[in-house]
Amino acid sequence: MEYFLQQLVNGVTLGSIYGLIAIGYTMVYGIIGMINFAHGDIFMISAFIALITFLALAALGITMLPLVLVIMFVVAMVFTGIWGWAVERTAYRPLRGSFRLAPLISAIGMSIALQNFVQLTQDARVKPLAPQIQGGITLMEGANENGAIVVQLSYMQMFIIAVTVVLMTVFSLLVSRTRLGRAQRACEQDQKMARLLGVDTNRTIAITFISGAGLAAVAGTMFLLYYGVIDFYIGFLAGIKAFTAAVLGGIGSLPGAMLGGLLIGLIEVFWSAYFSVEYKDVAAFSILAIVLIFLPSGLLGKPEVEKV
Amino acid sequence: MAGDVSPGRFASAMKDAVITTVIAAALFFFLVAYKTTLVTGIGLVLEQRWDRYLWLLVAVFVLRFSWLMLTGGRVRAPKSKVTITPRGDVMRYAGIALLLLGIALPFIITATAGRGQRLYLDLSILIMTYVMLGWGLNIVVGLAGLLDLGYVAFYAVGAYSFALLAQYTGLGFWACLPVAGILAGFWGMILGFPVLRLRGDYLAIVTLAFGEIIRVVLLNWYSFTNGPNGISNIPKPTLFGIDFGRGEGNFADVFGLDYSSSHRLIFLYYIIFILALVTNWVTMRLRRLPVGRAWEALREDEIACRSLGINTTNTKLTAFATGAMFGGFAGSFFATRQGFISPESFTFIESAIILAIVVLGGMGSQIGVVIASVVMIGGIEMLRNLDLLKSVLGDNFDPNQYRMLIFGLAMVVIMVWRPRGLISSRTPSIALKKRKRIGADMVAQGEGH
Amino acid sequence: MATAGWQDNPILTVEHLTMRFGGLVAVDDLGFDVGKGDITALIGPNGAGKTTVFNCITGFYKPTEGRITMRHGEGDHGGALTEATGKGLRFASSGPASVHLLERMPDFQISARARVARTFQNIRLFGGMTLLENLMVAQHKNLMVASGYTFAGLFGLPGYRRANRQAMELAKYWLETVGLIDRADDPAGDLPYGDQRRLEIARAMCTGPQLLCLDEPAAGLNPRESGELNDLLRQIRQDHKTSILLIEHDMGVVMEISDHIVVLDYGRKIADGTPEEVRTDPAVIAAYLGVEDEEVDDIDVIAADMPEVATRAEGKRDGGGA
Repeated sequence: MEYFLQQLVNGVTLGSIYGLIAIGYTMVYGIIGMINFAHGDIFMISAFIALITFLALAALGITMLPLVLVIMFVVAMVFTGIWGWAVERTAYRPLRGSFRLAPLISAIGMSIALQNFVQLTQDARVKPLAPQIQGGITLMEGANENGAIVVQLSYMQMFIIAVTVVLMTVFSLLVSRTRLGRAQRACEQDQKMARLLGVDTNRTIAITFISGAGLAAVAGTMFLLYYGVIDFYIGFLAGIKAFTAAVLGGIGSLPGAMLGGLLIGLIEVFWSAYFSVEYKDVAAFSILAIVLIFLPSGLLGKPEVEKV
Repeated sequence: MAGDVSPGRFASAMKDAVITTVIAAALFFFLVAYKTTLVTGIGLVLEQRWDRYLWLLVAVFVLRFSWLMLTGGRVRAPKSKVTITPRGDVMRYAGIALLLLGIALPFIITATAGRGQRLYLDLSILIMTYVMLGWGLNIVVGLAGLLDLGYVAFYAVGAYSFALLAQYTGLGFWACLPVAGILAGFWGMILGFPVLRLRGDYLAIVTLAFGEIIRVVLLNWYSFTNGPNGISNIPKPTLFGIDFGRGEGNFADVFGLDYSSSHRLIFLYYIIFILALVTNWVTMRLRRLPVGRAWEALREDEIACRSLGINTTNTKLTAFATGAMFGGFAGSFFATRQGFISPESFTFIESAIILAIVVLGGMGSQIGVVIASVVMIGGIEMLRNLDLLKSVLGDNFDPNQYRMLIFGLAMVVIMVWRPRGLISSRTPSIALKKRKRIGADMVAQGEGH
Repeated sequence: MATAGWQDNPILTVEHLTMRFGGLVAVDDLGFDVGKGDITALIGPNGAGKTTVFNCITGFYKPTEGRITMRHGEGDHGGALTEATGKGLRFASSGPASVHLLERMPDFQISARARVARTFQNIRLFGGMTLLENLMVAQHKNLMVASGYTFAGLFGLPGYRRANRQAMELAKYWLETVGLIDRADDPAGDLPYGDQRRLEIARAMCTGPQLLCLDEPAAGLNPRESGELNDLLRQIRQDHKTSILLIEHDMGVVMEISDHIVVLDYGRKIADGTPEEVRTDPAVIAAYLGVEDEEVDDIDVIAADMPEVATRAEGKRDGGGA
C-alpha cells in the first residue's frame, strides 16, 4: 500500500511534465492539423537553456534559490519561445497549403537537425545537475518484510505539481477568455474563414507555437531540476510519450492533454514498479498504438466523421 | 531577377538581415556561446566560445543579406516550375547509363583508386545498400502513399533473422536470405494489420513506435538476442561454396588470381547490386499489375478505391509487406557484410535517413532514390576527404559529425523549396498510344483527401 | 395504378432506414424501392439527407437501423431474403435469385460482390493517373483474380495477358462511349469539369454494376453537357441493363429521364411516384418553396402553376441544347 502510494506520487509528478509538453502537441495539432515532431526537441533545448542559465548565474555569484529558479524559468521560457517561433517560421510556415505529409517530413528533419545541433555544440555526454530543492514531507510510514517504508512527497514534487496546476489554470483561462484564445479557436475551426473575418492567422499560429514552446520550457526546466541529468536525446522519448498523452486525451483538447499526460506518467511509473523497467517504453508505445487503433478520438476528443 | 539593385532594396535587405541576425543571436546565445563541459573532479563547468558565436552570426548576416539581394527573398519558384519533369526518353537513357555504371563501378575503382580502393568499394556497397532500402521504402511511401517511420524495424528483423538462424542452425547466407525476407514481410503484415486503418500522420507515429518496440525488445531479450552486445561471427557469403578468404580452395586460389581483400568487397558489391536490381525490377513490374495500380490509386484517393471494390486494407497490407520484405533482404545483407550486429544499428535515425532519401529523390521515383543516396551518403563521406575543408576548419574537423545535421536541414530545405523532391513526375503504368509523363502538380502524395 | 412498376420487380429495397449522427437524425425511417431497369431519382431540398442515404446504400456509413436489400437474378427472392436476414448472413441465394444485405457489407464488397457502383458529388477521380489507368483500376477485382493475386502476373503468364487485353478493350469501349478516347493517355486531373463527371461514370461502369448510384451527376454542367448526360444514362440503361439511382437538383434532368421519383425532406420521405405524380404533389411543392404551415391554403394555386414552370424549365434546356 505504501509502495503503491509512493508510486502514485511519482507518477503524478512525471505525468505533470508529460502533460505540459503534450499541450504543445495538442494545440498545434488543433490549429494546423500537423504533428509538430520537433516539439520534443524544443523541450530538450529548453532544458539546456535552463542548465546554462543556472551555471551562468552560479558563475556570477547569484545563489539565492528562489531568485535563481525564477530567472531560470523566465529565461528558459523566453528563449525557448523564440526557438519555437523560429522553427515554425522556417520549417512550417512556407509549407501551408502543401500536401499533407510535407510539414510532417519537414518537422522530422527539424527534429533531427535540432538534436544534432545540440549534440555538436554541447557534446553527447549527459549533463548532471545537483538537486536544488531538497527535503519533503512524510505522508505515511509503514513497514513490510524488508523494513520500514516511507511515503514521501518531496518539495520538488510539490513544486512541480503546483506549478503545473497554476499554469494549466492560467492557460485555460487565456484560451477561453481572451481575444487571442478566440482567434486560436477560430483558426482551429476554419482557417480560411478566420482569415476572411480579419484574424491574422499567421500571427495566431506563431503565438500558438510560442506558447507551446513556453510550456515545454517549464516542463524542461522542471525535468532538469527533478531528474538532475539531461542530454541531447531526452527530447525524442519525452516527445513521443507526450504525443501519446495528447492522443490518449483526445488530440486538440487541452484538458485532454493534461489528463493524458497524467495517465501516461502513472502507467509508466507503475509499469516500472510492478513489471519491468526495461520495457517501460514498450508499454508507452503499445498504449499509443492501442489508443490510436481502438479510440482514435481519445478520451476527451471529438469523434471525426469521415467525409465522403 | 537580380538586376534591380535599387537603394530601397538594399535598405530593406539590410534591415531584414539585421533582424535575422538579432534573432539568430538570441537562438544561439545559450547553445553556441556557452558550452557545458563535464570536468572530472569539479563537475559541470561553463566554457565560453564567443569566437564561434560571433563567426556564426557574421555568417548568418552575410548569407541572409546576400540571399535577399540576389533573389529578392523568394524562397519558392512559381508553383508549376518547382520540379523537374524530364522527358521519358531522357529518363530511360539516364537509367541505362546508371545501370552500366553500376556494373562497371568495381572495375573502375580497382583500376583507378589504387591503395584507397577498399575505402571506395566500401562506400559503394554502403550507397547501394541505401539505394535498395530506398527502393523498398519507395513502395510503401512513394507508391502507396503510406508514411512509414519504422522501416528500420524490418531491416532489423532481416538482419537478426539471418544472424540468429546462422548462429542456431549453422545455415549460410544464401539459405537464410529468403527466410529473412519472408520473415520480415510476415512481420510487416502482423504490424500492418492493426494500424493500416489509421490516417497518414497517425500511421507515421505508430510505425515509429513499432520500430522502437522492436529495438527495445532486441535490446532486452538477452537470452535470445544477446542484448546490447549483439551477435558476432556472422558468416560471410560464399560464391557457390567458394570462400573469399586467404588460402587453398578459396576464390583467389581457384581462379588463379593473386589474393586480394578487395575480391570479397567486389563480391559483396555485386550481391547488393543484384538485390537492389531485383527490388527495382519487382517494383516496376508490380506497378503494371493490378496490385500496383491499386497502390497508386490508394495514394490518389482512398475513398474512390473503396467505391470501386478494392479492399484497401489488404492493398495497403501488401504494399507494407512487400516493402518490409525488401527491407529484410537488405537487413540480412547488412548482417553478412558487417559480420556483427547489435540493436545500436537500428535506431529511428536509420529510418529517418531512408525516408529522407525517398523524399529527397522524389517520392515514387526510382532514379531519384539513386541520386539522393549518392548525394546524401556518398557526398558526405566525400567531404571527409577534402583537404580544403580541413585547412579551413581545423584538422579535427569531421564531416561525419555534421552528417545528421545536414540530413535534417536538407529534409527541411527540400520540403520548403521543392516539396515533391528532385524528380517527381510519374510515368503512367499503361498507355493506349504513348506514355506521357505526368507532372508533379497532378499527382497526389497520399492522405491528400 | 394498383402497384407501381418498381414495386413488382425491385432491384433494391430500402426499409426502415435510419441514420443518426449523435443527436442529429439525418435519415428517419425511410423506405423505398428501386425498380429493375428503371431510372430512379432521389430528390429533396439541401440537407434533406440524400447523400446520407447514398452513403448508407454504398456502405460508407453503417446505418443505425434498417435493411437494404440488393437483388440479383430473376425469380423469387423471398426465400433467400428470409434466410439471409434470419441467419445474419450478408448474402444468400436460392436458384438464380440471390440477395445481398448491403447494411451488413463493408463498402468495397458492395461494389465487388453486390455490384452497386457509385460516383461522388465532389468528383473523386485519380487525378494523377491517366484516364485509361482510372478505368483499369476500376477492373481491379477481375484483373486481380486473373493475375493469380499478382504471382502469375509477375511473370507475365498468358492468362493474365489475355485478361489485361480484355480489360483494355472494355476501358476503350467506355472511353469511346463517353467521348474521351482521344485523351486516354492524359492525366484525369487535366480534364475539364464536365468530362471529369462523365469519366467518373465510365469508371463506375467498368466495375460491371447492376445498380449505378450517381450523386448529382449534372451538378456544374452546362445545358449541352447535361443533355449529353441524359443520353448517356439512357444508353447505359438500354445497352447494359443497369438500373440507375440518382440524386439530382436539376429538375429538368430529373423530370425528363426518371421513371420514378422519391422525395426526401428532413430525412423523411414525403412523396414517391412517377414524375407526374410528384410534380403535382402539394407536400413536394411546400418542401421546395418553403411554405409556412398557415400558407398551406395557397398550395393548390402554386400546384396549378407547377407543371407550367417545369415545362418552361425543360423547354429552356432543350433550347440551350439545340
